Amino acid sequence: MNLPFLPEPASALAPRYDSLFVAMTVLTSTVALLVIALMLLFAYRYRRGAVVDRVRAPPAEREQIRRRIEIAWIALPLLFFVAAFGWAAALYFDRSSPPAGALEVAVVAKQWMWTLEHATGQREIDQLHVPVNVPVKLVMTSQDAIHSFFVPAFRVKQDVLPGRYTVLWFTATRTGDFDLFCAEYCGTDHARMFGHVIALEPPQYQRWLDAHGDPTMAMRGEALFRQFGCSGCHGANAAVHAPSLDGLYGRPVPLADGTMVMADDRYIRDSILVPRKEVAAGYAPIMPSFAGQIGEADILDLIAYIRHRADAETPVR
Amino acid sequence: MSDTTTLPAPAQRELRRTTMEFGMWVFLTTETLFFGVLFFAYLIMRLRYADGFAAASRHTNMLLGTLNTAVLLTSSVTMAIAVDAAKIGRARLCAMLLSSTAVLGIVFLAIKGYEYHAEYVQHLFPGNGFEAVSVAGMQTFFWLYFVMTGFHALHLLIGVALVALMAARVRSGAFVAQSPASIDNAGLYWHFVDIVWIFMYPALYLVARS
Amino acid sequence: MSAASYLDAGMTIRSWLTTHDHKRIAILYAISITLFFFIGGAAATLMRIELATPTGDLVSASTYNKLFTMHGVIMVWFFLIPSIPATLGNFLVPLMIGAKDLAFPRLNLASWYLYVGGALFTLAALFAGGIDTGWTFYTPFSTMFSNSHVIAAIAGVFIVGFSSILTGLNFIVTIHTLRAPGMTWFRLPLFVWAHYATSVILVLATPVLGMTLALLGIERIWHIGIFDPSLGGDPLLFQHLFWFYSHPAVYIMVLPAMGIASEIIACFARNPVFGYRSMAYAIIAIAVIGFLVWGHHMFVSGQSVYAGIVFSVLSYLVAIPSAIKVFNWTATLYKGTISFEAPMLYALGFVGLFMFGGMSGLFLAALALDVQLTDTYFVVAHFHYIMVGGSVSAYLAGIHFWWPKITGRLYPPRWAQFAAVLLFLGFNFTFFPQYLLGIAGMPRRYHEYAPQFTTLNVLSSAGAVILAIGYLLPLVYLTWSLFRGAKAPANPWGASGLEWTTTSPPPEDNFGDRPVAVGEPYAYPLLERSPQRSAGAPK
Repeated sequence: MNLPFLPEPASALAPRYDSLFVAMTVLTSTVALLVIALMLLFAYRYRRGAVVDRVRAPPAEREQIRRRIEIAWIALPLLFFVAAFGWAAALYFDRSSPPAGALEVAVVAKQWMWTLEHATGQREIDQLHVPVNVPVKLVMTSQDAIHSFFVPAFRVKQDVLPGRYTVLWFTATRTGDFDLFCAEYCGTDHARMFGHVIALEPPQYQRWLDAHGDPTMAMRGEALFRQFGCSGCHGANAAVHAPSLDGLYGRPVPLADGTMVMADDRYIRDSILVPRKEVAAGYAPIMPSFAGQIGEADILDLIAYIRHRADAETPVR
Repeated sequence: MSDTTTLPAPAQRELRRTTMEFGMWVFLTTETLFFGVLFFAYLIMRLRYADGFAAASRHTNMLLGTLNTAVLLTSSVTMAIAVDAAKIGRARLCAMLLSSTAVLGIVFLAIKGYEYHAEYVQHLFPGNGFEAVSVAGMQTFFWLYFVMTGFHALHLLIGVALVALMAARVRSGAFVAQSPASIDNAGLYWHFVDIVWIFMYPALYLVARS
Repeated sequence: MSAASYLDAGMTIRSWLTTHDHKRIAILYAISITLFFFIGGAAATLMRIELATPTGDLVSASTYNKLFTMHGVIMVWFFLIPSIPATLGNFLVPLMIGAKDLAFPRLNLASWYLYVGGALFTLAALFAGGIDTGWTFYTPFSTMFSNSHVIAAIAGVFIVGFSSILTGLNFIVTIHTLRAPGMTWFRLPLFVWAHYATSVILVLATPVLGMTLALLGIERIWHIGIFDPSLGGDPLLFQHLFWFYSHPAVYIMVLPAMGIASEIIACFARNPVFGYRSMAYAIIAIAVIGFLVWGHHMFVSGQSVYAGIVFSVLSYLVAIPSAIKVFNWTATLYKGTISFEAPMLYALGFVGLFMFGGMSGLFLAALALDVQLTDTYFVVAHFHYIMVGGSVSAYLAGIHFWWPKITGRLYPPRWAQFAAVLLFLGFNFTFFPQYLLGIAGMPRRYHEYAPQFTTLNVLSSAGAVILAIGYLLPLVYLTWSLFRGAKAPANPWGASGLEWTTTSPPPEDNFGDRPVAVGEPYAYPLLERSPQRSAGAPK
């Protein structure tokens, strides 16, 4: 269904969003029109000079009527509000829970561009190619101010913050070229921080991937792993006593202070930038911080590499 | 206050007292929220960097912090008696107690200043020269330490000026015939500043020393 | 009772700048905020002209960013927050409760000086080259990446915050302690109730903003802090603290407007306000729940899903008392004797625009809908409907209602009625297209935009022309009335309320003898059937 003003829906979530939008519009305009009609009716009927019955019930009776009316117009909106809240919350919950097995894309925002990297290594600037009917999950971070990833046709938006990862997911349902806006004010050229999401049929998408076959993120991560000297300590033959990274990703890690933490994107990122925050149990806090020396995109590559070492015995590609 | 002209004199004084005191309580509510932000920020950051805050807290000077707590509590005692002395019309006693309150406030600030100096010399001042970086969050702790105690010291400085002014006016006989509503209010303010410190002291000095 | 009016108490500039009279201080505020309204309005005008075309051709991107920031900062802190409370509230609260002044007249003057001091800082920031962070000052942009005059601007806001706090404190103490004999809490006009609730918010929320901005400033200067993630801080902490003030701030702007609407609608419908007590309770409920909904500004910020759900529920809850108010105003018209003088037209316009703004708020409180609509023009339209369509209309309604009382002069009624209608039309013409722009997905704070948004933007800019005329007209005929307007009687509208029992303009001490409040508020005469039920009403 195509509604006036709303961009034509292009994601699995969008029609569900639109139904809620229509329901809310019908509800609120009905009430608003009713109130306005009543106001106009009263304003006309009881205008000064009009000959009309203005005699009221006696105070006690009036008080009773007033109470009934007021209870009614507290209870009725409350009922509608509970319904609207529940509907919207359920949808919000879905938009916040990416399905397992979604295609992952790493997003790094910076003033004033979007850089995106596919798991298979293809890098794009201000453009994102995705296949239709496949859930796509974006893992996003910013290199400077706060940005916001907004694709109106998909009805999705998520702020992109420095210093942490936020997630957004969608399933494109039709092919096309869709606007990507930055929705959180981020400085001078905020308005020019736009891009395109290009949804393709899976075969075309595959062709696009093949045509842009770069080394995968994990391969890049492996190179960076050596380049930044990580392998000096975390490598197989290292003399330094450092935790091995094989099979680490996605497992709980016991920490020196007795707590456990899940080895996820955030943990690995923090371990690289603020290694002393969560020290693995049994290891000395000797790892230096790489804050200021390593870019956000590189960190994402390293995470892909470490993750790869957890779920595959196979070589990097 | 022009509003009370139609009322008899004692009722006028009483009304003035009520409004002044009520006004001060409302003001202190504002102040509570003002400091509340600092404590809230402290809470959030401490939850995030529990170890860092514990480690950093060990670098604070507990001896001086405790001494200062004692000084400030004593000043609250002299302030409280000064308020009572004003109520029963003992002007000289009141002036003396107010002066000692102000002096104790200055002693607190002097000790605090010495502490700041020592911390600066030990490179505990956040910034490029900050040296205690063995655990993440230590710098954040010291940033909050300086900001929180700084705002507290500013409030105390205002308190000292206020109380010293009261002392001078009581000594000159200005308050003898009048209701000492403003002395009451100075007392309320002083106790408030004291209470803020009572919360800062454990938060900043005692974190890892239990 | 032929005492000289407060306006005759001294003609020199000095007598005005050193006055302790709440009525004169109200006038000082009125002049200052009018000045700022037109500065902020000029910025808005430039923005609307720029947006008449999709490309950024009139001003550069950075100039545009400075324009919307100054527009926001000036309109929020130097116009809307003080608008009704510091002018009409200052003038009327003592009159309505039968007092001779506020509890702390000198503090009242000090508030105005603080306002002026803060204003000077902000103007300095403006003239030194502006500030480009948006009025929300989000970190880490404001602490690390902005090269504009952030410190001067937040210093101005910090100082004006103290002005707000002292005004709120003054009102709270005054309403508690200086009510005239017989003026019980439930005889207070709703205008006073609204100012009481507003003052509580001013006193409890403003210090949070003050300290948050102070921390931001320290962080910007020191390059260490708690808001910037690269320094171990958390930008969401800033957002939480900021909205803890800035959401209640919306109620600072709109509660007094509701108070004005209640006074005026009752007067021109010649009816007591329908459900007076529930109206008073609704005001308090809005003020209290208003403190618990700030997180609805952050549904896509990265705050947890569960926090979002709680804030959404609470946001719907705060909509209930607002809805009660709209319904009760409508019911107040029932069986009234309604006349459509200018204040009534403005007040009815307020109700309509406030309702439209409130309805769009229900979309934004709905979690999933907010995801699409937040940070788009839908939000811009939403809060302009509430704060400009709502509050500014109500402010003008109040100005027109009490103008004879304040100045002792009558303005040309036809012109005023015309301006009220023009304003209502111009406002909708300007801001309704912005709802549609938001639905279509145009983000806010955009200096240039995609071509599909052109038509609606042109419509909005065209509407702004009408709106601007709507705002300039009152300035003209009200100024004219100061010199040429007919002398006003004590109670030109036949309104209830103590403020109408004294002369227009009131004497310096407000009332000759201390007034005594008797009976219920809004005691407009009613025709009542006798309790023994009778079939036919008397003809």
